[in-house]
Amino acid sequence: MSLLFFSMIPENRETITDLEENNMKEMNYDTAIIGGGVIGCAIARELSRYDLKICVSEREEDVCSGTSKSNSAIVHAGYDAVPGSLKARFNTEGNRMMRELSKALDFSFIRNGSMVICFSEKDIPALNALYEKGVKNGVPDLSILTGDEVRTMEPNVTETAVAALYAPTGGIVCPFGLTIALAENACDNGVEFLFEMEVKDIRKTEHGYDLISEDKVIHTSYVINAAGVYADEFHNMVSEKKLRITPRKGDYCLLDKEAGTLVSHTIFQLPGKMGKGILVTPTVHGNLLTGPTASDVEDKEATGTTAKELSDIMVKSAWGVKNIPFRHTITSFSGLRAHEDGEDFVVGEVPDAAGFFDAAGMESPGLTSAPAVGVYLAELIAQKANAKKKEHFQETRKGIVNPQKLSFEQRAEMINKDPSYGTIICRCEGVSEGEIVDAITRTLGAVSLDGIKRRVRAGMGRCQAGFCTPKTMELLARETGKKIEDICKNRTGSNLLTGKR
Amino acid sequence: MTEHDIVIIGGGPAGLAAADAARKAGIEDIMILEREAYLGGILNQCIHNGFGLHTFKEELTGPEYAVRYIKMIEEENIPYLLNTMVLDIGRDKVLTIINRGEGLTTIKAGAVILAMGCRERPRGALNIPGFRPAGIYSAGTAQRLMNMEGYEVGKEAVILGSGDIGLIMARRMTLEGARVKAVAELMPYSGGLKRNIVQCLDDYGISLKLSHTVVDIEGKERVTGVTLAAVDEKRKPIPGTEEHYTCDTLLLSVGLIPENELSKGAGVQLDEITSGPVVNDRLETSISGIFACGNVLHVHDLVDYVSEEASLAGTSAVSYVKPRKEKTPSSQIKIKAAGGVRYTVPQYLDAENMEDQVKVRFRVSDVYRDRYISVYFDSERVSHKKRKVLAPGEMEQVVLKKESLAKYPDLKQIVVCTEVE
Repeated sequence: MSLLFFSMIPENRETITDLEENNMKEMNYDTAIIGGGVIGCAIARELSRYDLKICVSEREEDVCSGTSKSNSAIVHAGYDAVPGSLKARFNTEGNRMMRELSKALDFSFIRNGSMVICFSEKDIPALNALYEKGVKNGVPDLSILTGDEVRTMEPNVTETAVAALYAPTGGIVCPFGLTIALAENACDNGVEFLFEMEVKDIRKTEHGYDLISEDKVIHTSYVINAAGVYADEFHNMVSEKKLRITPRKGDYCLLDKEAGTLVSHTIFQLPGKMGKGILVTPTVHGNLLTGPTASDVEDKEATGTTAKELSDIMVKSAWGVKNIPFRHTITSFSGLRAHEDGEDFVVGEVPDAAGFFDAAGMESPGLTSAPAVGVYLAELIAQKANAKKKEHFQETRKGIVNPQKLSFEQRAEMINKDPSYGTIICRCEGVSEGEIVDAITRTLGAVSLDGIKRRVRAGMGRCQAGFCTPKTMELLARETGKKIEDICKNRTGSNLLTGKR
Repeated sequence: MTEHDIVIIGGGPAGLAAADAARKAGIEDIMILEREAYLGGILNQCIHNGFGLHTFKEELTGPEYAVRYIKMIEEENIPYLLNTMVLDIGRDKVLTIINRGEGLTTIKAGAVILAMGCRERPRGALNIPGFRPAGIYSAGTAQRLMNMEGYEVGKEAVILGSGDIGLIMARRMTLEGARVKAVAELMPYSGGLKRNIVQCLDDYGISLKLSHTVVDIEGKERVTGVTLAAVDEKRKPIPGTEEHYTCDTLLLSVGLIPENELSKGAGVQLDEITSGPVVNDRLETSISGIFACGNVLHVHDLVDYVSEEASLAGTSAVSYVKPRKEKTPSSQIKIKAAGGVRYTVPQYLDAENMEDQVKVRFRVSDVYRDRYISVYFDSERVSHKKRKVLAPGEMEQVVLKKESLAKYPDLKQIVVCTEVE
């Protein structure tokens, strides 16, 4: 197999000469990570402990712009995965790591516990099997509750619930907070982030690989493929053992904070005769989230919601939880799970492509697993590269201060020092100018409205940016020196205005 | 902590009229709290005309109407704080406020007037499927960007919802050179004023597609098109009726929600239909000394009625702070909406202490032709007036007189309803 690559080298060299003539920017790294989602950022952060030159290549304008931003935001306990699988291993490890990590990197994580509701006596054996699987996977403190016990803990669970698997270690996390924290910390530790760089081709070279985009060539010894639903395409550029990732679309409805206390645990439904259910969970921000649906799609960009799926959410979520006030829905969205044919994560060095590491097929429980996958791959690469740990690794990161979590005196003092914390820009979420400016000007600061929204929640509340859009646009233009008509919602081309008079 | 006799939350049309009325009723110590950088509220972005026909007997633009009230406030030296947001209304009417100058402070109010206005329902409230690109605006946001900041929000637009802001924006975008391809309305009737349909759509040849909705939004970066479909009587899209429109902008004018998060925090009881506080004839909420007026109370069509209502809230707050006479204890009479009337404001009336006359405002739940508006005192019909057309988009009112109520000392309930005959 390696012969094949060697035979490609002369051709490669020619290409690179062509590239130079085309004014391609050349860059050299020890390790290049494709994808700035939660997986790529977790690997970047762990790898930045070592004395290596690392970059993250991300095609969007910000990290956390693909599957990492559109998911259930759940830290799974770990009873779902097949014992012995990578999913099982990284899920339980990731779950164990999350509390420490949330403290070190200052993002929101709540261990609220989860329940898998069983609706029929006939399904109890399946519930018990799930319990056994959890025990095998090393999930602590699992128990089976009766329907009445469930309703005592969660009064809004339906009368049809006959039993539930209870996992107190289940949790909820801010997926933006987690990903952005990992990225910022990686950046603080020297990782370079190359945004709006879409890798079009990968070539094997004498010393590693070249990642080629429209205007850049990255020469690197090692590649980590954390490209989400596109990971198969990159893998297949270097390996004969092909992967196939099918985007499995899931729609969600997010409800107003008014509905946020309907349940306190994450409520799953045991797959039964009615099919796979829909989860209902509070979010770390106090909203209520329901979803996801599951439909396999061909298009890796198909993040549009459909009427059928949105209506499915409303019907199926009601099986488990009653009185969900869907009239308080503030937004709906859709995410694509990267489902690989092998049904498991694909993590590690590609056997027929030395120096090329996959983190592919990272569907659920990918978010939970990210920290553990990061540690695993970082150690693997460091060992291979014979890299030493840095002397001055910055272990912690401070998030953007949320003044609403301060005491009255502390908050008053904060405004005293910096009056911009006294101007509220987003009234629904109570976000001040100071927080938005921090989001824009800090490490890997926001460059788009969505970037601001994911960092400080401006525009994420009940009016969905109706009131704050004009003001946030102005702040972004002011702080970045951009023209207002160049301000985008997210990637290039998503301009909010079509002109200025 | 500072103290004021009356604190008014919101310096829009409701807050300004309430302040003016309170001052004229003899209260010196008033404070208006406004979260924007200027008084006048949403009127500032409503640069079209049609305001003030009732109040000033002439046709003004929104900013002109606002300026009339701002001048009164300035002349009366009523103090106000701009860029100031109320974070919380606590017990004993202690307000937590935030701004750049004072930072985080508290104000103790003798009486509070809620005048925070309303917000627009977002896309999620209708669960419109499709992508989430740039170019989807609530109509009011687009109106602000165009009229106050001077930006162009789009070149080709489809508008969903025929509420007044949607209709006004159809004309406004057309005047600014954009092409408005259609206005779709889910209901079989428009939610806006008749005059706006004529002046904003008909006069510009923009089609109003009743019983239609958006069933898909396309575009990964910016909107590239939307699909409209007809809906059946259950408001479900009818397969096969889809029509595609190429456009870069979708404006949503799909309803307004009174902004009552503060009221809720204070424990004020809200009406499920209006989403505003339940009030009595003095516009006092379930918490004594807290009054409500304008769009935070219920969504209005005409600012003139907002001003009138707010004046009542202002004078009522004054009577609360400085009672001129001992209030005779009395029971609250429930005003019930029935038979095609969706709600009434106020919801309660205090016959003993009421003014000489009380206006009860309401909306009907469907379009009715040749129907009567009736008022019952318990089982006795006391008023019965025929109307050619009644529509949900136009607020209605009946007037209750103290002298007629005096004849019913044991009255338990007042019913406002529509009747076929």
